[in-house]
Amino acid sequence: MIAEKPVVASPPERRFWQIFVKFRETGIIIFIVLLSVLVTLRNSAFLSADNFRDILLNISILIIVALAQTMVIITRGIDLSVGSMIGLTAMMVSYTVTGLPGMPVFLAIPLGMALGAVLGSLNGLIIAVGGVPPIIATLGMLSIYRGLIFFYSNGKWINAFEFPPEFRELAKGTPLGIPNLILFAIAVIIAVFFFLKYTRRGRDIYAVGSNPDAARFAGIQIKQTIFTVYMISGILCGLAGVLWASRFESAQTNTALGFELQTVAAPVVGGVNIFGGSGNVLGVVLGGFLLGIINNSLTLVQISPFWQLAAQGLLILLAVVVDSFILRRLKRFSSKRKR
Amino acid sequence: MTADKAPVIKIEHISKAFGGIQALKDVNFEVYPGEVHALLGENGAGKSTLIKIMTGVEQPDSGQLFFEGQPIHFANTRAAQTHGITAIYQEPSLFPDLDIAENIMVGRQPMRRGGVDWKKMYQEAGTLLKRLGLSLDPRTKARELSVAQQQLVEIARALSINARVLIMDEPTSSLTQGEVEELFAIVRQLRASGTAIVFISHRLEELFEIADRVTTLRDGSYVDTRSMTAVTTDELIRMMVGRSLDQLFPKQDVKAGEVVLEVENLSVEGAFSNVSFKLRRGEILGMAGLIGAGRTNVARAIFGIEPATSGIIKLNGQVVTINSPEKAMHLKIGYVPEDRKEHGLVLAMSIANNITLPVIAKFARFSWLNKKREAQAARDGSVQLEVKMAGVGQKVGQLSGGNQQKVVLAKWLGTKPRLLILDEPTRGIDVGTKAAVHRLMSELAAQGMAILMISSELPEVLGMSDRILVMRAGQLTGEFSRAEATPEKLMAAAAIA
Repeated sequence: MIAEKPVVASPPERRFWQIFVKFRETGIIIFIVLLSVLVTLRNSAFLSADNFRDILLNISILIIVALAQTMVIITRGIDLSVGSMIGLTAMMVSYTVTGLPGMPVFLAIPLGMALGAVLGSLNGLIIAVGGVPPIIATLGMLSIYRGLIFFYSNGKWINAFEFPPEFRELAKGTPLGIPNLILFAIAVIIAVFFFLKYTRRGRDIYAVGSNPDAARFAGIQIKQTIFTVYMISGILCGLAGVLWASRFESAQTNTALGFELQTVAAPVVGGVNIFGGSGNVLGVVLGGFLLGIINNSLTLVQISPFWQLAAQGLLILLAVVVDSFILRRLKRFSSKRKR
Repeated sequence: MTADKAPVIKIEHISKAFGGIQALKDVNFEVYPGEVHALLGENGAGKSTLIKIMTGVEQPDSGQLFFEGQPIHFANTRAAQTHGITAIYQEPSLFPDLDIAENIMVGRQPMRRGGVDWKKMYQEAGTLLKRLGLSLDPRTKARELSVAQQQLVEIARALSINARVLIMDEPTSSLTQGEVEELFAIVRQLRASGTAIVFISHRLEELFEIADRVTTLRDGSYVDTRSMTAVTTDELIRMMVGRSLDQLFPKQDVKAGEVVLEVENLSVEGAFSNVSFKLRRGEILGMAGLIGAGRTNVARAIFGIEPATSGIIKLNGQVVTINSPEKAMHLKIGYVPEDRKEHGLVLAMSIANNITLPVIAKFARFSWLNKKREAQAARDGSVQLEVKMAGVGQKVGQLSGGNQQKVVLAKWLGTKPRLLILDEPTRGIDVGTKAAVHRLMSELAAQGMAILMISSELPEVLGMSDRILVMRAGQLTGEFSRAEATPEKLMAAAAIA
């Protein structure tokens, strides 16, 4: 009996889209290069080592938190409370550091991360065990954690002169020639890359996001996996909180207010599928880069900061539209066949 | 087959109830290594529940499972898997974003000191794929595979966990004839290497081809276990439905009336070309062919879903352009689609809402819906088709496949069509409902409806059609009357260029 296979659309065209998807990262790089060229033409200050360092400093915290957000997104979730977690840990650690002058300043890092772990775990419990949809749960915690900042600080801010000078060095010190903040970001990038690619728990994250039912039948511990990504989100937000306070030498009640938008924009622009199941570290880093360059260039060409928000929003939309267009095209290739 | 070895898995006196419904009642079942054991039964007979208990998805209310002679209890799917029991379902369930290798090894990726050993994973996956005759790159993402390929990947997964028991639930319903042959070759391979295989299929011819023994369930109870070589189709049917269906395809002879549908040189670019035929009142025109031949494309062109790019359609002598389903319905054409879950029903809505959906305007005055009249109309429709339900308010997603199909039919009958297109009307449906649907088709034809029936089951095409068209690769390759058609002629026109 002669076999009859469903015919898929003309191979060359389909291949093009497949290659496009694979090299989405290349597309972003090209876009970054183009943008950089355009901006340099407008203001040559863009292409200076100082400016470059500024951009890196500006996106370091973003990338740390965006990587956390990425892992959450891959599991088909979202963490809208990241801004509040950063603010709360920044405030609490700052209070501790300024209130205990004898404390070795570097302990602020593990302290922040531990606090973040508690906050993130709470999210994880509500979502993984309580079954509350992530968007609702983290939206609620966004407000609760932000409220706790006021509660904890009585509305008072902590200002630069109150911090011990060593605290500033946590983020801005350059014992290795490069600001610590950037080194922290690099460390997190490497750690998350390794986690997602080379550990079983990391691979479980992709499985759970790609097909939760199949994951259940494959015996993957779904609840634990989901709990883990929110806890990690908390830990990385705790780290970000300490670094934020250190970099800006202040802890305010509105620290990181609204920051969550950027932490979703960077991954989405970088190719992480907002519906879950796929995404990689390189894309997130590039996405963060793109956002950083846009913010930087808008300032350099003297466009109002209000446009930055609009630019971010537009980028997210563009990225998602392009991605879903590609996905729909690919799907049509496998379903538009002779029946 | 080895009668002296212990069965790999054996269940004794298993009962299970869901809510008030007794899904399994005191059922015994066993499978030996190196045998293909078919599990037969109508929809709702308890096959799925039995599988869920064997794979650890559900726990029995009473009774005992034995694995290689030892009493055992599977608390979850992981436990069953560790014992090498795994199942493959009709719809493959892979991780679309992950590559083949990871799909095979998910949760059990090979590790080395630095973490996941990707190189080894691709190597092992490559070996397994070769063994199954698949020449695919293990780095391919699962979403790019065809259904048949995805199923083979699931089998590769079963191989990689050294499955002792492989349960296959309706694995052939989405496969072409060639793919079925390939699948059976692999099943025979597995059998030869000692795997026990539980095979569920509604296609009795397949069971005769591949199975060694067959166990029948009816209404949750165990009926009998027979050797495939010592049983006839009629006996199997009798075991399944409790009575002999003396005529599975009761198509009455009806004097065909005037031409309702005439199609001339119809083409849809990329799908089919130059299809011409006539269909009269009271006639059932069967369309045979292999999957992918273009028959559904023809139906979708007539119904306006993927309109024709060239050619003429005439209804009752008048040339018409059908470029949308609304236009088709306006012209009194109905289409029962191939995929009832995706295209035929709104699973989350009630039976009543589904049935009245196309004609809902009839029950509304100034857009205000008269729910009572709507429910009554739905009730009449479902009673006519004998839908087994808890009431017209029940969510259609909860019904069995056969009853869902009846709801789809009731819906289209409610539009009072003059031309009804049925695309695989009895796919995935138990024998009892199948006979009911055929009886209905016969009655409708007797009342003057023109019916175009697409079917991949040759016995159905031969038994139900007055005339038969055969398509292959987008072309019409044969036209036969019921008298002159034979399975060989149909297959020849369908498969040989």
